[in-house]
This record gives sequence, C-alpha cells and structure tokens, in this order.
Amino acid sequence: MKFFTDENSELAREMIERYPKARSAMIPLLHLAQEQEGWITDEAMTEIAELVGTTSAEVLGTCSFYEMFKRKPVGKYVINICTTMSCALMGAGDLMKHAESRLGVKSGGSTSDGMFTLEGAECQAACTEAPCLQVNYRHQYRVTADQFDQLIEELASADHDVPQHGVLSRIRQHIPEDRFVGPTPPEEVVSAPIWLGTDSGEK
Amino acid sequence: MSEPTPSEITVTINGTQIDAQAGEMVIAAADRAGVHIPRFCYHERMSPVGMCRMCLVDIDTGRGPMLQPSCMVPVSDGMSVDTESEDTKRAQEGILEFLLVNHPLDCPVCDKGGECPLQDQTMAYGPGESRFVEEKRHYEKPIPISDLVHLDRERCILCDRCTRFADEVAGDPLIYFMERGNATQVLTFPDEPFSSYFSGNTVQICPVGALTAAPYRFKARPWDLEQVESTCTTCSMGCRVAVQSSRNELVRYLGVDVESVNHGWLCDKGRFNFESVNSEQRLTTPLIRDIDDPRQLLGIDWGSALAVAAEAIQQAGPERVGIIGGSRLTNEDAYAWSKFAGSIVGTDNVDAQLGDGLPAEVVLALPPATIADACSADTVLVVGPDIKEELAILHLRLRGAATKGQTNVVEIGPNPTGCEPYAQRSIRCAPGETAKALSELLASDDPLAGQLGEGSVVVVFGRASMAESADPALSLAAVIRTELPHATFLPALRRGNVRGALDMGLAPGILPGRTDIRQPSQALLETWGAVPAAKGLDTTGMLHAAASGDLDTLILLGADPLSDFPDRNLAAEAIQKAKTVIAIDNFVTDSVAQADVALPATAYGEQGGTTTNIEGRISRLTQKITPPGSARDDWMIATELAWRLGSDLGLSSKQEIWREIERVAPSHAGVTLERVESSEAHEGILVQETSLELNLPAPETPPVADGYGLRLVSGRKLWDAATATAHSPSLQPLAAAPALKVHPNDLQRLGISSGDDVRVISTRSTETITAIADENIQRGTAMLPFNQPGGGANRFIDADAAVNDIRIETL
Repeated sequence: MKFFTDENSELAREMIERYPKARSAMIPLLHLAQEQEGWITDEAMTEIAELVGTTSAEVLGTCSFYEMFKRKPVGKYVINICTTMSCALMGAGDLMKHAESRLGVKSGGSTSDGMFTLEGAECQAACTEAPCLQVNYRHQYRVTADQFDQLIEELASADHDVPQHGVLSRIRQHIPEDRFVGPTPPEEVVSAPIWLGTDSGEK
Repeated sequence: MSEPTPSEITVTINGTQIDAQAGEMVIAAADRAGVHIPRFCYHERMSPVGMCRMCLVDIDTGRGPMLQPSCMVPVSDGMSVDTESEDTKRAQEGILEFLLVNHPLDCPVCDKGGECPLQDQTMAYGPGESRFVEEKRHYEKPIPISDLVHLDRERCILCDRCTRFADEVAGDPLIYFMERGNATQVLTFPDEPFSSYFSGNTVQICPVGALTAAPYRFKARPWDLEQVESTCTTCSMGCRVAVQSSRNELVRYLGVDVESVNHGWLCDKGRFNFESVNSEQRLTTPLIRDIDDPRQLLGIDWGSALAVAAEAIQQAGPERVGIIGGSRLTNEDAYAWSKFAGSIVGTDNVDAQLGDGLPAEVVLALPPATIADACSADTVLVVGPDIKEELAILHLRLRGAATKGQTNVVEIGPNPTGCEPYAQRSIRCAPGETAKALSELLASDDPLAGQLGEGSVVVVFGRASMAESADPALSLAAVIRTELPHATFLPALRRGNVRGALDMGLAPGILPGRTDIRQPSQALLETWGAVPAAKGLDTTGMLHAAASGDLDTLILLGADPLSDFPDRNLAAEAIQKAKTVIAIDNFVTDSVAQADVALPATAYGEQGGTTTNIEGRISRLTQKITPPGSARDDWMIATELAWRLGSDLGLSSKQEIWREIERVAPSHAGVTLERVESSEAHEGILVQETSLELNLPAPETPPVADGYGLRLVSGRKLWDAATATAHSPSLQPLAAAPALKVHPNDLQRLGISSGDDVRVISTRSTETITAIADENIQRGTAMLPFNQPGGGANRFIDADAAVNDIRIETL
C-alpha cells in the first residue's frame, strides 16, 4: 500500500531532486511523513527507503536516532518540559509534577483524548528563561503552574497559533519556490539566496 | 616541497624506526612492524571508524605525545608512536572498563568464550576490576535476525563491524544502529530479516559473542576444535578457508584472508554447506540395482560393485562408454579419471561440464585474466550468469572495486542481476543477443565505446542464461576478440573444481595440461601409452548417444544430469536407455537413484589434494576428517576399476599423482609437489599457460521469437536445490519454490494476475507453475530459476536450441 498521499508523493519527488544523492533526502522525507500522519509508521519508513534507494533498516536507524521523530502515535500537542540543570534549579521538577496531575498522564504518556503528550526533555537552550517548555517545538518561557494551566486551556480551545504536531512549515515554505536554486560558484554569489527573502523568520 | 614518496615516510614505533606507506593508518604500520595495538572496531578490509577507542596510543607529531586512535590517524614522516606509555595503558584500562559496563560477562555460556577478542584483550590490557556496581542494561537474549544469525544485544560493544560490513562490503544494509545513547543497539527493521548472502561474515568478524551462527551455536568450544587451512570448493572461486572440526565432524568454516581471492570473506553457502558432509543421508556403501525388484538399490561390498562396473565398461567397449562430471573432484582425482578414460578405457567421451558451461577448448584458450585484473581494469564487462547468485565472492570483489572507483562494471544481459546496483551501465538485450548488443554499442558514438576500446577490459564471461546454448556466448566472444583484442577473460564457470577438471583433460578433445588431443606431449604419450585418436562426445553428445542406444555405459562422476543438465527430458531418456549407469557420488541424487551401480566417494574435508579456481589458481585442499562408511577417494576408484580391467593406472597416492601431472601436463610444468606443499600455495599458484589455439565460430543471431511466445531466461540462485544445499539442514529452508517471473504487461495481455498458477508449454514439456509479475523483467521474456526445490527450468529447455521459447496459458 502506498503511504504518501498523491500530493505528498509529488512533494517527496521534488525534495529528492534537490539533492545530488537521493539518500540525502531521508530526513526531510521523515519530516514529511510525520507531518502527514503525526508520527512515523513502519509503512512510511519502508516507502521512504524505496524512494531514496536504501533499506528500511537504515531509515529506522536514522529515524530512531532523532528524538523529534515519533515512532508511536502522539497527541496533537507534544509538550516538552526541560529537565536539565538551569530549569531543574528553577522548579522544572515541580512544573513536571503539576503537568502530570493537570493532564492525568505520566511523563512520556498521552492523554486519552489524543490532545496532549507530555515529555521530559534535555536542555532547550533557554537557560536564562528557566523553567521553559516547548509545545510542538515552540518555546514558552518562565512557565509557572498557572501559566501552564492557561496554556492547556488555550491549546484545548484552539485559541492559539501552534500547528498540530508534525507540521513543518519550513519545508512547505521552500518547496517548490527554491527548487531552481542549484550549486552556484562562490564568486558568483553576490546576495542572499532567493529563498531567504521569502522567509519572514516568523511562523 | 614535494610529497614524500612511500619509502620516505619513517615512523618510530616504541623506539624502533620503521618504513611506512603513505596513507596507511598507524595501526596498520604497527601491525606490519609486529607491534600489536589492541582493537575491536578496526578491520583491515573495511574503512576505519574509530568507534571503540581501544586503539588509543600516544602519537607525537612534534607537538608532544597525545592519545589518538591509531586506526584513524594516517602515518606522517617523523611521527613517533608509543603503544606502551603510561597514558596509553590508562586509556586501555579505562576503555575496557567502559566497554564492560554493560557487557554481561556470560563467558561460560557464550560461544565466543575462548576465542573472544573482548575476553583476550580484557585479560591482556584490562584493569582487572570494575567499579561499576549498578544494574546492567538488559535485552531479550538472543533474537534471530535471520535464518542463520542470532543477535545477543547485551554482549554487543557497538563496534560497527557487522553494520559496516553489511553496508560497505555486502551492500545489504539490513542491520543498523537503532536508537541512540545508552539505548543504541544493532537491529533489523521489524519483519525484515538480515537475509544477506554474506551474513555469516558478520559472525566471524564480531569481536564479542553478540552475533552467533545458527549452525554452530553450542556445537563446540574453541579449545576443542582442530583446524586446518583449506580451500572452499562450493563454487569455482577457490576461497581460502579454515576448516574446523570436533570429534571427526566438521563444525565450522572461517574465511582466511587471501589477497588474490576472497579477502577473508565467504558467502553463506560456502560457509555453512559443510553440514551436508556430516549428513546422515551420505552414501556410505556401494549400492547395486536389485535384480528381483529393479526399483530398489541394495547395499553390496566394494569388490562385487567394482566387478559389475568393470564388466559393464569392458562389454561396452571404448566407443560406447561415456564419463560425465568431474567438477567435484580434486585435480589429482580428475587426472586419475582422465588417465583412466584415455589410456585404459580408450575413450575421449569425457566431460566435466553438464552442457551448462562453455566449450573447454574455448575456456582454456581465451586470453586469461585474474580476479585482481578484473578489480583494477578500466572496465569489467560482465556477460554471463548473475554472479551474485553463482560466484558470490566475485560479486563481492567487483562490488568493492566498483564502489571504491577502482573499476567500472558494465553488464550486458537480458534481465536484472545483482551487479546492477554498482554497475556503471546495465545494457539490456534480448536473450541470446549479447553479441548484437555489444556490436551496436561499439559501433555507436557512445562514450562507453571509447572507454572499452581504449582502456583495459576484463570480460567475466559465461552463459547469460541456461535456456540458451553456448553459441550466443561464443558469438559474443568472437565480437570481443575482433573489436576489443586487448580484452582478457575470466570464465564464469560455477561448479567446484570445473577449471581443474578441464585442465586435467576431463573434456572432449583436451588432454591434461591444456593440450589438444591431436598434439599429446611426449611425456604424456610415454606415460599413458596411447591417447584416444579423435575428439569424443561432450555431455550433450553422450546423452544423445545414450538416448539413441549408441552408448551403453554411462559413468556419472559426481554428476546429476537430471538436476543439472539443462534438458531434463534428454537426461532422463539417456539414463533410462543406457544399459549400465555407474554413479560415483556423495549422495543418492535423482540420477544416482536411477543408476545400476552407485559407489560412495569422499567429500569435502575428507580428501587432500589440490583444486583450481576460475583464474587457473591452484591451491591446496586439506583433509580434516575421515570419510563415513567405506567411501573412497575418486582416484582410488579409478585405480580399482583399471585393475579389474586388467591394467595398472600406475598411481598410488595423491602426491604421486601430482608428480605425474607436473611431468606430463605442459601447462603445469614447474609446479612441483614441493611448491604445491609450500607456503606459496596459501595465495595459490597461478597457472595460465596454454598451448590451445582459440577458434571461435562466426557470430550468429538467434531466431526471431514469434509474437505468442516468451523467450525463456534461466539462471541459478545461491539458494537452490543443489545437493549440498539440500542436505544442509540450515540452508535447505532458504531455497524458494520456483516462480515464473513475467513483465506485468505480458501477464495482463494473457489475462493472468500475479500469483496465479499458469500452464507453461515448451517443446519439451507442459507443466503448471506460479506466475509472478515483475516489471524489471523485459517484455517478451520470462525468467525461471534453473534448479529450485519443486522443479526448475530444465523441464522446459531443449539443449540443442540456441534459445528456448515458452508459452503460458491460464488453467
């Protein structure tokens, strides 16, 4: 059975064309698969292996190396609470306990309505803003228990701009606009690549 | 300043100056200097990765000593290396303590115990004690990752040897590092086993007991094993092996690194089919057809069996005796049988090939190439069988050379082969039309034509399909000889010691030493007394003669024409019509079951002597175990038969036979017994001389296929119904049932769905087979493996036709 939708198959083909070696498109294609399904299924990995000309084992090896590729279904919103030093000192442990009781799941678990997955995470490079967390990789800084509850309310009532887990706007942004960007001799590079102009940096 | 030439690089290792080669790693230079640096991940036949950190040594390039992994640092002039410094020792102790943190230390129940690099190096370089008192990591104990290999992840130290081998050498990255950090483990994809033809090598190179081979698990302890070095005769590559036995039973083969042939690797078929030698089903006593119940074979003593056989030979007379087979034999056995046929029986009806190879006078007269030549040629032209299936280690060598950019592989053939993933170009042509395809290429302005015309070319040369005669291959050779006269040839003949058998004269028109039967050497004439006057029949000719009553006695020398001759119907008729069939074999094969007399022969590991690989490289076989029952060496059987025919073959030991070969076979002059028994034979002694002149027929184009038929293409698979595989319990289940592969459009045209059973009709037979749609198969052709359990292509093939067509119908 085909995994990618027709639209995504077309996109996958364009992604592969952007690399001198098809195998290099493996990680972008994993993102695409996660965007389509919310997580990465075995079928997706097998199809990606066929598309880039390698084995499913190699795709699984790559996929399982990266924390952001989920190989089990996750909630619509994945909440990563930083548990590393700065955040830990600033009360990440209490925040995690609060989150667990608020969502009714242990760290690593998903709520039964499929809305939230709660995870402990390593440093998110926001130590000055501890304790911090990410919702689908979007930062929330100096989070208190009340702010956490409010965040959950907002997410649950759709009063927010966080796309659901798996959506990767950058891949969408640059394809197909920059597909004609090829290798340019260094002496001919006089300005920023064209796709940089289309990227507002906000999303 | 110019780059120093290799000899100018001088490195000091532990105070001793040594010359090093530019580009080599410190660990390799140390190895050559006799300084051992402990290591787990480094393997001289794979690219270095620096995974295990065990080879950290103090390296000083002028900035003071620093601990660096010696497998990752290339030598440089003036470098000073200390492998015994205090820092090095502390590093080694630390690394070993780390590696053992999660290692279960279950050595007493581990197959690797006693030959384990982790165990040995822990004893030699380890701290002696661990400070780790916490719970170790636990995984499910051994999980099968294929039918042949089991994985114990607790023992694994993540050295990347197996995964690197699978990806880099075998080209089957079916095992990979999964997860990361503390959870990192080697695994397959769920439900996608590590079914590589080369999986056994990972077991051999695993530096711990993480990977174990199913056929060897809990069979023996390393210290109970006896070992000899020998040569694998499963196919004609001649890979060097260490044969290990315990209590007179073969238990394991290990690849031995030989630069010119196998680089230490073995295919799984060669590695594991020793099981057949231990088989309970071995033929261990002579058998004779029961007079009262002709369906039965009865056990009988050697004397009576030989008497019956000798009488059948005597009564038939020289013109009506034929000897088929001999590729299973050692060179010495083949020579004895050649002498028996030529000088005692007086017949030249001898053929070691079963109508599935190439004419001996062509094989032996083509300008020769070595495997190393092929791996360094500008172009390797592969025209012949799928070498991944038939000469698996040649595939591995060519793949390695091609992926490193040392050669370019160009293949011409009707359907996809295992070469395709690494080929520079795969040229598809209609079955039987390789010559036409090459002519057209060379006449075109394709840059490849220039590459072939100007650069060195080695042709891996054989029959592209078992469903075509040798003619298309000979036509191709004729084109190559005319258009590319600088090309040299590596014959892709598959079966065991086929090259040695041809060298020893087990082919019509050929005498030992690659000479024409019309030009016997003086020494041979004096030793043999006489040689047959004219060229005899080849296997196809003998089977035709037997089928039409012109040949009375058929001797099957380890040959099973019913399974291996391309035309099963002809073989069956010949065996049925021949007055007496004498079979000398290891097993009661299909053909042996039809024989009148069956004589048990010794098998691999039970006989000494020499064997010759496809290049003409002679290497030694070593006896390790004693044969079962009363099985005898083939040369002894020839001697006994000669004696019963009133003559003396004049041969009483393998050494004596080799001395005679060296004396009478012109090509082998100078290859003395002393040389064969010396350490020179480790790499093998290359013998390429020939006095045969090459005569090739003018190229012919096969008949055009009609619009209704499909042109049949057939080849062998590594896992098939071959006798040794079928009698190896671990390998037998790997052979798939036969299926006819056809292009989906061709199936659709006939209203057949993939997976349906269809009626296959050829001029020889009509039978039911499952048809599978495969869009890699060319339209107008059908692919059927030659010899799978449950029947192969030989039912449909007419051995006399240049190409064979079949029709398929719905049931």
